[in-house]
Amino acid sequence: MDETNKKEQTTTHKIGIYLWIWGLLFVLSFFSYMVDWYQFQGMLRWSLILIFMFLKAGLIMAFFMHLFWERYALVNVLLWPMTAIGCFIFLMAAEFKYTLFTRIFYFFIGGG
Amino acid sequence: MSDPKIEGYEFKPGFRGMADDTGSDQTMFKGVHWGKAMMWIFLLSDTFVFSCFLISYMKGRGSTPVEWPNASEVFGLHVFGVEVPLLLIAIMTFVLITSSGTMALAVKYGYEKNRKMCGWLILATAVGGLIFVGMQAFEWSKLISEGVRPWENPFGAPQFGGFFFMITGFHGTHVSIGVIFLFIYAYKTFAGHYDERKRGWFTTMKGDYVEIEILGLYWHFVDLVWVFIFAFFYLW
Repeated sequence: MDETNKKEQTTTHKIGIYLWIWGLLFVLSFFSYMVDWYQFQGMLRWSLILIFMFLKAGLIMAFFMHLFWERYALVNVLLWPMTAIGCFIFLMAAEFKYTLFTRIFYFFIGGG
Repeated sequence: MSDPKIEGYEFKPGFRGMADDTGSDQTMFKGVHWGKAMMWIFLLSDTFVFSCFLISYMKGRGSTPVEWPNASEVFGLHVFGVEVPLLLIAIMTFVLITSSGTMALAVKYGYEKNRKMCGWLILATAVGGLIFVGMQAFEWSKLISEGVRPWENPFGAPQFGGFFFMITGFHGTHVSIGVIFLFIYAYKTFAGHYDERKRGWFTTMKGDYVEIEILGLYWHFVDLVWVFIFAFFYLW
């Protein structure tokens, strides 16, 4: 890329948007700490942890890392590979259940 | 947002722009600073590294019949005679988010060519990262003194230590590297390397405030990874 061909033309965003996201991140972190503080258990705990986690991750990526304003080519290059991670999680979740089953089976029934 | 325009190339937003960008028989991401594109590619590969750690943690924790240590108690602190669960981790989370916010503002002020403000905010970010690493060192030494090892621990399943040291250690290394670079960039900003478009080390690239954004991407990524570690390792 030829440096001389570039024109100095950059836009910045208002400071308010950063402060809002910053504040929201604090509030969400506080909420996720409260999940532990009040010792919620079971499905309620897991769903709250996941919701706060994805909200925080989304806010950081969209606004602090500027993905919300980025070109689609970059956004798509970054986000589609994440589906491979989703598949991997799915596969390994099936795998650990099977490992746990065989361990418990041989601990109590024995190998014979 | 920061991408400078190229003469003779009109960037179109949305899917039209994406089609132009990917299917034009030339370079992709036209007008994007190469350092920024490469930082994104690096962060994508780093995402896979951390995902593999967290997925192996999921598998290790899920496949053991021994009870997993209760993170809320293991990482609790005695403060003024009261047992507060996860206190240190909560403070670390807030410190890291604070430093992420100052970094975002540093990028903004950098693009506005506000050298002083940008430099001070980068310095604040670096100090935040330093505090974070310091607290992590405290946490590690506390756990090690309590007998937590990668192969055993007094709280429950022996795999706990291995995953803990591996995941938080790798994250802490990222933070430490980030802190070193933040101090270097704070110096470069104050010294005016980006205003004078001074050449950097090992490169013919002229200094530009886009470098602050590239550093910012890395730092926000470190914060992003901590969000997932906090949720899966400490809260789950």
